Amino acid sequence: MEQKLKTKRMLWIGVLSALLFLSLVLSVMTGSVHVPFTLSLKILLSHLPLVHLTPTWSMAQAAIVWDLRLPRVFLALVIGAMLSSTGVAFQGMLRNPLADPYILGVSVGAAFGAATAMLFFRNLTLLGYFTTPFFAFIGALLSLWFVMALASHQGQRDRETLILAGVVVQSLIGAAISFLIAISGQQMQQIVFWMMGSLANRTWLDVGMLTPYMLVGFVYLSLQQRDLNLISLGESAATHLGMDVEKKKIGVLIAGSLLTAAAVSVVGIIGFVGLIVPHLMRLIVGPDHRILMPLSTMAGAIFLLWADTVARSIIPSREIPIGVITAFIGAPFFAYLLKKGLRRGQA
Amino acid sequence: MNLFEVSQVQHHFGTNPVLENIEFQVKVGETFGIIGPNGSGKSTLIRTMSGLLKPSRGEILLFGKPIGSYRKRDLAKLIAVLEQESIPPLSFSIEEVVAMGRYPWLKPLADLSHLDEQIIHDVLTNLGLWELRSKAVNTLSGGQRQMVSLARAMVQQPKVLILDEPTTFLDIGHQMLVMEHVREWHKSQDITVIMVLHDLNLASQYCDRLLLLDKGYVQSYGKIHEVLKPETISTVYKAEIIMIDHPVQHVPQFLLT
Repeated sequence: MEQKLKTKRMLWIGVLSALLFLSLVLSVMTGSVHVPFTLSLKILLSHLPLVHLTPTWSMAQAAIVWDLRLPRVFLALVIGAMLSSTGVAFQGMLRNPLADPYILGVSVGAAFGAATAMLFFRNLTLLGYFTTPFFAFIGALLSLWFVMALASHQGQRDRETLILAGVVVQSLIGAAISFLIAISGQQMQQIVFWMMGSLANRTWLDVGMLTPYMLVGFVYLSLQQRDLNLISLGESAATHLGMDVEKKKIGVLIAGSLLTAAAVSVVGIIGFVGLIVPHLMRLIVGPDHRILMPLSTMAGAIFLLWADTVARSIIPSREIPIGVITAFIGAPFFAYLLKKGLRRGQA
Repeated sequence: MNLFEVSQVQHHFGTNPVLENIEFQVKVGETFGIIGPNGSGKSTLIRTMSGLLKPSRGEILLFGKPIGSYRKRDLAKLIAVLEQESIPPLSFSIEEVVAMGRYPWLKPLADLSHLDEQIIHDVLTNLGLWELRSKAVNTLSGGQRQMVSLARAMVQQPKVLILDEPTTFLDIGHQMLVMEHVREWHKSQDITVIMVLHDLNLASQYCDRLLLLDKGYVQSYGKIHEVLKPETISTVYKAEIIMIDHPVQHVPQFLLT
């Protein structure tokens, strides 16, 4: 039984790796300056150790592919992976297929924290470059805690109530953010742009800053795959099988908030990734988190890369916020899931 | 030897008393039944005994040690619980759900060993589920699902099996099937069985001793014939009943008038 799972997982990881690499090349060749496929591929390969290629490309082409587009591509991959794995973990642990960091108000809480940091604690030397993510993390935790407390009734939580609690907290914190923006004066435009969710003008530095959060979050979540399977039996059944449900739940919610907060503090609010991708992957590979978690992480990376590629190239010399693209896909998808759930009496 | 020693247990939900001064023992190897009308505190009591709920007051000893002092995982090696509706409609296969019963025995991150797989295979075969093992549990009937739960409890290899109204949603065929497999398991592995039942006839057929709860108090406690007396039952359940002798097993059975 385990062997079958491993084979299936290796096979799918192989397929998605190939797809990811192909998407990466296609994305770096796309943009206002078109760099042909083979040329893009060669420029990428020439940076690998032990690969020596005679340059058949111009310095400008190399700079566009390597310095301008590739950091952004990596950022999209990292953010997509973070948001998608958080979605899987939340849905599993809360046994609610609609749980997503955006819908539960975690993203907006993180944005509030980050905006506070940007406005008032810009020069906090103690944390330096980690000030914004730290504040975002605190904001994310507070809003998640608030949503959970609001939705809980004598320890019971039903699916729709959790979503409604998310809506309540989102509007409240959303208003607080608008207030911050209104009093922010000259930084207003910068914050508004960041909030809408965009990967423009980011560098390797941003990718580097995200890496520690990503590693901590991914390592923790990947150790919880069996527990996520167990909890699907229900909280009391999982307890009877020896799982410390409360401890695990807090751990997973904190790890997910950390991933979301890090993502939000760099690229703003990008919704629905954690909803769409895990759901589709569940349809394809089934409910077992030992395969669902790694695959959703990879698929989330690919999904956000394509969303960003569309965002920066669909209208020439114009950039659409990536949050707009994901919402255009995600909101109808959410509506569909909600409707389907209502019809079956469960989401 | 006593497996469970329950002494002076009280429990309140808010200011609402649910259990008052509960005191009894469960012996190793017996089949012990907990009966009582709706709202008498049966489920709360069983939740305190399975470690899910900490009683407001009193002490529950399992093998002489307070139940709260066991680590969750160690407790799961000793006690398996079969609930009323134990498996939600998941798309996991029967085999995958049953394999989750090995969880308390697995080292963190370790895969199922050859021995684990053998245990799972034997239990599935014994319960007649081996041929169906790849079916998703959300395609099964309620009766089949309860058999899957029983299989999961069996691979858990506990010393005690706790059943919380296991036959509530089952037709009589599946009731018999589940109860007979539990009895067979009880005999062959010498496990202790504690069951909450609302069906008095099943209780008298399958249990060695009974505890009758009424409004959170122990009404009576002892052997079948000591507990199942027609006057007690009709007072506690507020129902007119006739008690007859089971023609084959010679235990009390109840009919409604």
